Amino acid sequence: MRKHADLLFQLLSLATLLLALAALGALVYDIVSDGAGRLSWAFLNSYPSRNAENAGVYHALMGSIWVLALTAALALPVGVAAAIYLEEYGTRSRVAKFIELNIANLAAVPSIIYGLLGLGLFVRLMGMGQSVMAGAATLALLALPVVILSTREALRTVPNSIREGSYALGATKWQTIWNQVLPMATPGVLTGLILALSRAIGETAPLITIGALTYIPFAPDSVWSRFTVLPIQIFNWVSRPQADFHTNAAAAILVLLALLLTMNAIAIIVRDRYQRGVRA
Amino acid sequence: MSTRALEWIIERLLFLCAALSVLTTAGIIIVLAIETVAFLREVPLLDFLTGTEWTPLFANQQFGVLPLVVGTMLVSAIAMAVALPMGLLSAIYLSEYSPSGFRRVVKPVLELLAGVPTVVYGYFALTFVTPLLQQVFPTLSGFNALSPGLVMGLMILPLVSSLSEDAMRAVPQGLREGSYALGATRMQTALKVVVPAAFSGITAAFILAVSRAVGETMIVAIAAGQQPRLTGNPFVPIETMTAYIVQVSLGDTPQGTIEYRTIFAVGMLLFLMTFTLNLISTWLRERFREEYA
Repeated sequence: MRKHADLLFQLLSLATLLLALAALGALVYDIVSDGAGRLSWAFLNSYPSRNAENAGVYHALMGSIWVLALTAALALPVGVAAAIYLEEYGTRSRVAKFIELNIANLAAVPSIIYGLLGLGLFVRLMGMGQSVMAGAATLALLALPVVILSTREALRTVPNSIREGSYALGATKWQTIWNQVLPMATPGVLTGLILALSRAIGETAPLITIGALTYIPFAPDSVWSRFTVLPIQIFNWVSRPQADFHTNAAAAILVLLALLLTMNAIAIIVRDRYQRGVRA
Repeated sequence: MSTRALEWIIERLLFLCAALSVLTTAGIIIVLAIETVAFLREVPLLDFLTGTEWTPLFANQQFGVLPLVVGTMLVSAIAMAVALPMGLLSAIYLSEYSPSGFRRVVKPVLELLAGVPTVVYGYFALTFVTPLLQQVFPTLSGFNALSPGLVMGLMILPLVSSLSEDAMRAVPQGLREGSYALGATRMQTALKVVVPAAFSGITAAFILAVSRAVGETMIVAIAAGQQPRLTGNPFVPIETMTAYIVQVSLGDTPQGTIEYRTIFAVGMLLFLMTFTLNLISTWLRERFREEYA
């Protein structure tokens, strides 16, 4: 009897797990079957249109790439610097403890709240308007906790003997960090950055909140342009009642997922390259 | 410049970057507080928190936030009803039963669920899950709380499962062996020894998951409708706090108007709710870490 209960329980647990995986399968199947037929070069190269069949994602794709590149440029140096401070300098101080607790909490603040911060701070107070810059600054704040946490992990894997060897040769603390510790931590740092960016690329709510456009007939040409991004275009299309626009939304989701997969592939390749380099 | 001075400057610069996170928290609180205070000057706090009608965008403006709060709690409750049992059972399977090869393959796939952009889940809820549910419940409205709730549960499941699994794997092997030695089966060991021993870690995971559900935006903005309604009925359109912020942001609401301020007041409430949940969760996890240190 006890054996039966145990077996039943094991099967129930396994079934639950498989059900979750099946739901993921259903999601992928739903999107591919809705959207794959709509994908074409024209779809990637066209601007939005009132006519679903002529509409494309060029403007949104370019917007996403602009925002993402700028987000990376803002979040990487600040995030790495913060992580270096917490891991290499201030590990034992009370201030560092407080900052750590604060970062952990920030990581769990809903993204739409960052959108309200961006709206109040970047768009209004700093006068950036609803520009690529304001969007990227907002997403950079959102990405920072992830970059900081993963950089710290990476720094922690660098063995202490490396630091001690460098000190023994007369290097200062910063020389040690810059010349020895950081190069060894680079693969981990880059992986963390891409992880943070793959979260940022799917973010919709904070960018809607800062006032990114839902209909825009041009791609950004500077960091001060107004813009839209892929997830917002998807949201715009899925919110319309016509089925043709839902097809467009599914196709745009495929473009977004392809972008996500590409980024993750790059992360894996980069990590591989660097690891081989370090070993050699 | 001497090396020592340079070192000093670099350390200060690094510290500033680290302190930026504290400034971010302060910035969030200040930005929300300024507009919330201005909002509360026009709408008494008590009316805001206890009013049962939310119609800031209509001619007859009412600012009772309860319909949004109840809508948020309804969807979150449905999401947790999915994510809690399924996440916990998945974690028990992965931690207590699964062969390690199976676990190595399944865990990353399960975590893919957490990496899917939320707007994609919104699409899935609206165009796949809702029509599917309508075949079972013909009275289900095209926009409702049920479908986004279920899909949100799916989205949160990996969070519950992976944090709970971490907590369970941290339980010393000796406790399991002691239980087996007394003749307990793996189910009895899992449910009566491992889960209770990992209880605070599992609770921390649940609370963090609730916080995620409360703050989730796009799924509900797409699939739940935009009708603030004080109801526990999951079959009719509702509106959550987050979806309201999106709704106003999509329109052209001029700065300085009371409509503009409502999103900050609602945002403040949302921030306070999630912040409290996050603090409790962090505290529980810290406590858990000490137990077996």
